[in-house]
Amino acid sequence: MPDRPEIFNSIAPALDVVEQPLSAWEKLSGNAAVRKSLLLVVLALIWEAYARWLGNPLLFPTFSATLAALFSSIASGEIPRAAGFTIKLLLKGYAAGLLLAGLFTAFATATRIGADLLETLTSMFNPLPSIALLPLALLWFGLGDGSVIFVLIHAVLWAVALNAYAGCRAVSPTLRMVGQNYGLSKAGYIARILIPGAFPSILTGLKVGWAFAWRTLIAAELVFGVSSGSGGLGWYIFERKNQLLIPDVFAGLLTVILFGLFVENLIFKTIENRTVRRWGMQT
Amino acid sequence: MAGPLLAVEGVTLQYRIKGTRTDQLVTATYRVSFSVLQSERFVILGPSGCGKSTLLKAVGGYINPVEGRILLNGEKIDAPGPDRIFVFQEFDQLLPWKTVQENIVFALTASRKLAGREAAERAMHFIRKVNLVEFAGSYPHTLSGGMKQRVAIARALAMEPRILLMDEPFAALDALTRGKMQEELLRLWEEAKFTVLFVTHSIPEAIRVGSRILLLSPHPGQVRAEINSRGAIEERIQEMLFEHA
Repeated sequence: MPDRPEIFNSIAPALDVVEQPLSAWEKLSGNAAVRKSLLLVVLALIWEAYARWLGNPLLFPTFSATLAALFSSIASGEIPRAAGFTIKLLLKGYAAGLLLAGLFTAFATATRIGADLLETLTSMFNPLPSIALLPLALLWFGLGDGSVIFVLIHAVLWAVALNAYAGCRAVSPTLRMVGQNYGLSKAGYIARILIPGAFPSILTGLKVGWAFAWRTLIAAELVFGVSSGSGGLGWYIFERKNQLLIPDVFAGLLTVILFGLFVENLIFKTIENRTVRRWGMQT
Repeated sequence: MAGPLLAVEGVTLQYRIKGTRTDQLVTATYRVSFSVLQSERFVILGPSGCGKSTLLKAVGGYINPVEGRILLNGEKIDAPGPDRIFVFQEFDQLLPWKTVQENIVFALTASRKLAGREAAERAMHFIRKVNLVEFAGSYPHTLSGGMKQRVAIARALAMEPRILLMDEPFAALDALTRGKMQEELLRLWEEAKFTVLFVTHSIPEAIRVGSRILLLSPHPGQVRAEINSRGAIEERIQEMLFEHA
């Protein structure tokens, strides 16, 4: 077989061929926020149309009536007061849960019996919905913040501790050796290698714990809301239903959704973008 | 200077591996002795399973020998320390939450060698040496494998250790990059004449990088020969390594 001819090119710098600006439509349809907002508008329209066709504001108020109720309740200060009460309680329970989770994780990473204890307790208590503990908590701690906080701790603790512990175990042995190599002390190793190394899992735990806590708290307030003279969002919903103020009930539910979205999509997203995403550590 | 910088005297190393039924005790090296002089590029060469990495970890202070001793400047090594800096094969030896410069600053501050502006300046100096100035503010996950290893080398050199311990640092790189990195290591050595203990299973790499080569036999590792890296030695090394194969 004869030799095939060889080919040599001199490479000219490729100018303006590769990059091309996207069209306005491509930009808009490529943006997830725009697509989702559009979807929300469509859903609101369907809601409005169905409620008007149904014509029974006691069962299913229109979207516009719900919005009106939401705005008037915000203006009158009822929803902000209820939400403030709920959030304050939530933060107390969340903080206490995190503190305990930190202790459990430290114990579990330091000793084998601690790890066994955490694994056993987590597999026992994780399937138990926190709200199921409320009757018992009421018996032990009475009608007050104490019993709600107890239930919240249960909601937060296991999710956070389990994730943080798994994250600490997954920190690579190479990083551990690097820490020892540069002469880090035990405390220095924990603060400067272990915690940042486990942070992706810790953040997942924080998110899951937050979601559990928020749902649990609203449910707990629905069951018993009034303590120390004011009620939270769950109680607001329950009370309005008793008074047959259904648009207000919908407004309360909308507030619960909005606050949940705010924390998950703004607070946690921002933390995620500034840490694990920037570090390329997303799991 | 009197005596060698690093003296390994009759070192036997064992480690435990967790088996399915019982734990197994593996002897990695058996009565290995050698010494490394100041500014030597000392290569430990051997097939997989000859305990060369384990030996390097023992010099690093991560494993204590069951027999024999390891001396650095006449002092016994019994724990890891910043006078012997490791460069690992794994790319995750850089802290992913710190930029290139912060990684080097971390090394300097964690070991209490330098702090503040001095640390930042020393870090930049060594980043310049490995030609990564444009990437000083980048996070490791945005770098290529070769660049990550260059950062790890810069971090190690910035510490000015008595001896640099390199555990197959270029094994996970593609052949082209590996060649470049070997060249770069030699260039850095010409500038600073640091002492390096380099582990590899590649004969060409050993000949290229090393000034003196220690040949280990496998299972458990024993010293087969210790030769100077000069002239046509590749075939002799081949013969010695694979005489029983």
